[in-house]
Amino acid sequence: MNTILEVNDLSMDFGGLRALDHLDLNVVEGEIAAIIGPNGAGKTTFFNCITGICNPTEGEILISPPGKKRNKINGLKPNRITKKGMARTFQNIRLFSNMTVLENVMIGRHCRTSSGIVSAILRGRSTIKEEKDVVDFSYNILKKTGISHLVNEFAKNLPYGAQRRLEIARAMATEPFLLLLDEPAAGMNPQESRELDELITRIRDEDNISILMIEHDMKLVMSLSDRIFVMDYGRKIAQGTPSDIIKNPVVIKAYLGEDIDA
Amino acid sequence: MIKAREIKKSFLVSIWFMFLTFPIMVIRVNPIEKIVEWRWKNMLVVGIGSFLLSFVWRYMLKKKEAGEKRAETGESGKTFLIQRILEERRFYIPLVTGLTIIAVAFPFIFSMYQTSIMTTALMYIVLGLGLNIVVGLAGLLDLGYVAFYAVGAYSYALLNHHFGLGFWSVLPIGAVLGFIFGVLLGFPVLRLRGDYLAIVTLGFGEIIRLVLENWNEFSFGPSGIANIDRPGFFGIQFSLQAASIYLYFLMIGLVIFTIIVVNRLQNSRIGRAWIALREDETACQAMGIDKTRTKLRAFALGATWAGMVGVIFAAKTTFINPASFTFLESAMILSIVVLGGMGSILGVIIGALILILLPEYLRAFSDYRMLLFGAIMVIMMVFRPQGIIANIRRTYKFNE
Repeated sequence: MNTILEVNDLSMDFGGLRALDHLDLNVVEGEIAAIIGPNGAGKTTFFNCITGICNPTEGEILISPPGKKRNKINGLKPNRITKKGMARTFQNIRLFSNMTVLENVMIGRHCRTSSGIVSAILRGRSTIKEEKDVVDFSYNILKKTGISHLVNEFAKNLPYGAQRRLEIARAMATEPFLLLLDEPAAGMNPQESRELDELITRIRDEDNISILMIEHDMKLVMSLSDRIFVMDYGRKIAQGTPSDIIKNPVVIKAYLGEDIDA
Repeated sequence: MIKAREIKKSFLVSIWFMFLTFPIMVIRVNPIEKIVEWRWKNMLVVGIGSFLLSFVWRYMLKKKEAGEKRAETGESGKTFLIQRILEERRFYIPLVTGLTIIAVAFPFIFSMYQTSIMTTALMYIVLGLGLNIVVGLAGLLDLGYVAFYAVGAYSYALLNHHFGLGFWSVLPIGAVLGFIFGVLLGFPVLRLRGDYLAIVTLGFGEIIRLVLENWNEFSFGPSGIANIDRPGFFGIQFSLQAASIYLYFLMIGLVIFTIIVVNRLQNSRIGRAWIALREDETACQAMGIDKTRTKLRAFALGATWAGMVGVIFAAKTTFINPASFTFLESAMILSIVVLGGMGSILGVIIGALILILLPEYLRAFSDYRMLLFGAIMVIMMVFRPQGIIANIRRTYKFNE
């Protein structure tokens, strides 16, 4: 198994506050990994650091895309990291609300296409073909994520569950090798979160995309993930398979705040 | 019960309006005969007028709110008339043919004065469409757009004055200079967003104007540059009348060219990136779009169009000075974009025609011209903040 994401000794300070404290973490190819932890544990900050939105204070982030050399991505801009093959979704949905569903996904194709202003104005044969490819590719992703019937709706008019799906679809359009999902099931009902379970498994199995997700829905985490990382106060306090984690006293203490015997 | 409350509200409104307009509508001081005239009749008119209008106002507000609610629940199956016309071919083709005939016949039917006003309106259409790229598509509030307009105008005036270069050779130079200035000003500015960007661009607009005003050796200062050549046609010199018709058609050509360019751009890879940037900067970057480059492209492209229209402006008026490039001009172009509908080509065209032609033709009521202008702006922003024509996104059809 190849490690595709390797985070060593990562720390992040916001002024005097240490949001991430010497964090080590890795994701291997083809797995679904989950990060759990109480609110304010630094999970989203961790995502922001590895996607380039925040610049970490210490530590290194290394990625090795399948078939490519290992390289360090500290301090790169978010768009460069996305181009290297890590795409994310957001905890508080951040769709382009005044664009249609299809256009949202087409934005994901931006970094894999190249036509500029001049070719857009001249609209030559290669531009038309590229545009057609973008449309077809995006529509296919919408079919995969099960929202192709909403293709021409404005993103803002979508029901909540579909918006979450669209975020995933948009990230998938960038052809990532690792998909970072920030609370994909937040606000979903049990039915929707079961469907999400299926979708995530399918993305991993059919598209060969590894997944690292932050999630609070324990049922989903336990059934989906191969490995779980537990964070508290910016530190990693445990890692292991779901069955290990569920028995781990440190984890239980972090969640319940006291001893199990008490 | 409700009726009584409504009447009370309207009554208060009318009292308030009578109070507000008291100094200008009622009191008139006659300095020659040294008497003060009290025109109580005007006060009565204002009172009754605002009393009645406030009912209309509230009715419209209610209607708008109901419409919003319907849109939220997704029940609004009603498409706008204009949208329907644009979609259906059998309306669309006669409409375009009709417009073409009117546009071609216009300078031959109407006087030179009318043609000249129309040419100005066409110039503002192009300026509006240019600024629409920056403000409407990319969402960068640029309050110094007129700076690039000035760059274009002065590049033609100076090159013509010193080197005798003709209109056609300077037109591309003006565009390129506009582009270069767009990039130069864009680089330091574009890391800012929202209000900060607006203020810095406002500053840059003023800097350019002040430089032109004070650097006498370079730009001849406030006295400006006169006797700029009108555009020629392979060396043919036109009479004044022919020249204005020629300019009119030149502008028609430029408008069509601009429409094609903007239309193609807004449904292209770059255009979508601009809109995404307007919608959410962070998400946009996370989806792999280079923020700085995308912004710079929008800024520079908008500036290119301003540069081009600047050259035409100098050629049309044959005289330019810094007074033509004040902040008011930037505000006017911005109003065209906002009133017409941000991001909508048709909206910007209608907006420009209204805002440029209306004050011209309202000269008869010249006393109330600015009042009407202000009232239209306020009413538009209250009842239709998305502009006359809201931006419509392209829809795609899939059959499987």
